[in-house]
Amino acid sequence: MGEYGKPLPRGEGYHGDFYRFCKQHELRFQRCADCQAWRHPPRECCPHCGAFAWRWEQVSGKGQVYSWTVVQRALHPAFAEDVPYAVVIVELAEGVRLVSRVLDLPPQELRLGLPVEVVFVDVTPEVTLPMFRPCR
Amino acid sequence: MQTLKDRACIVGVGETAYTRGSGKSVLRLVLEAARYAIADAGLQPHDIDGLVLSAHYVNQEQLAANLGIPDLRYATTVQMGGASPVAALQSAAMAVACGLATHVLIPFGWNGFSETPVKRRSSGGKTYSLRPPENAMTASVRNYYAPYGAVAPMHYYAWLATRHRQLYGTTDEQMAAVALACREHAQHNPKAYMYGRPLTLEDYLNSPILATPFRVLDCCLETDGACAVVVTSAERARDLPHDPVYIMGIAEGHPLPADDLANRADPFAIGLSYAAPKAFAMAGVSPRDIDFVEIYDCFTYVVLLQLEALGFCRRGEAGPFAAEGRLRIDGDLPCNTHGGLLSEAHVWGLNHVVEATRQLRHEAPLQVRDCELGLVTGWGDFGDGSLVILRR
Repeated sequence: MGEYGKPLPRGEGYHGDFYRFCKQHELRFQRCADCQAWRHPPRECCPHCGAFAWRWEQVSGKGQVYSWTVVQRALHPAFAEDVPYAVVIVELAEGVRLVSRVLDLPPQELRLGLPVEVVFVDVTPEVTLPMFRPCR
Repeated sequence: MQTLKDRACIVGVGETAYTRGSGKSVLRLVLEAARYAIADAGLQPHDIDGLVLSAHYVNQEQLAANLGIPDLRYATTVQMGGASPVAALQSAAMAVACGLATHVLIPFGWNGFSETPVKRRSSGGKTYSLRPPENAMTASVRNYYAPYGAVAPMHYYAWLATRHRQLYGTTDEQMAAVALACREHAQHNPKAYMYGRPLTLEDYLNSPILATPFRVLDCCLETDGACAVVVTSAERARDLPHDPVYIMGIAEGHPLPADDLANRADPFAIGLSYAAPKAFAMAGVSPRDIDFVEIYDCFTYVVLLQLEALGFCRRGEAGPFAAEGRLRIDGDLPCNTHGGLLSEAHVWGLNHVVEATRQLRHEAPLQVRDCELGLVTGWGDFGDGSLVILRR
């Protein structure tokens, strides 16, 4: 087993909180305690109503493909083994969007609105990345 | 309310050679371009009393000390990535309109080929330029994009391009029209890095895909070089050697949120979408009055996106607009008449401002006949935007 060479989230502040939930295989986003708006990436206060109060609320994990790019030439050496690979924007049912990968799907089969669900990939002993696969 | 319309002028422009391997520090390149621009304005370095910089590569203390500016009255730095140089014009126009400064220098330069992160890695980190600071945008990349393999602007903007293609049917040939127009224009510009290297549609389609939908030839050049322009008040401009080029309308805009491309209610609502109506209103003109455009062309598709945001065509129609040949020198909206970032050089679009100024002086190598009004855009980071409408 080679050392994991891909970039890892730095995980400072609220970003670290997000990934700590991922490590527990929970996909949680900030949700305003006042107006109930979801938000991502994490913010200090609600951009809709201004409330500082919020909680990390778990989402269904279901969403759909919003856009993507299929990388055919790696610009970072650690991704050379993956090409071609698609980096996908997934819109979750709750409305927040997450950059991720869709596993178990050839890139040419990607289309707008494709239903996907979250899977958790433990890429290192410390870090888990949320990824997606087509809904069964 | 008094606006900035016609209150400030570009009176001097200059640039270094555009190369791959300048062998010079960024500061040296910037100083050379600055001296050309100051001389072009009929001024001396000690006449400069304002500096508006873009990003982090050089700082105001270095420039003032090297140019021997005895009384630097106004200095600031714009942080909008490639949208910075045009936004810097706005700051300079404000400064001269308010009397905060008389002659404002706007320089930009970098070793965009020889000191990129990749080259820096292979050269053991040796560099003469300052490194970029971390910000909210790089935090998004580090925490949410890069772990999945999206590590460069090409990848982030490709998400917009893919969605545009899926929704509106934008094609490879339509994106190619941007690259081909730029390359054709560069064949008339001896300073262009791609001068003497014409391009065909076949060449374009044969160039390898890096990240769909972008091929190598959808991407701007990486070059070393610097540009500079000098801005002064309309009153002062009348005493200087060149016909003044007036800043007729100018604005900047920022998408919401600016630090994440994925979570925008409307992904095609870019900074320019907010800025363009303001600049056209200030200038009192509409898109159909514009004789030529210099659009920030980091990627072919990003030009199409901006043409729609500017109002030159409706959403989804920029592809056919480009494919009809309208962006070519013989079209009704000549675009990137110097070759652009795609075929002249990548100087964060300050080279677009230099070119627009020469067009409006009627001294460009590939002249838009009888042009009176030109428009220049900047695009930076995750879609920050800026534009200026210039007149002779």
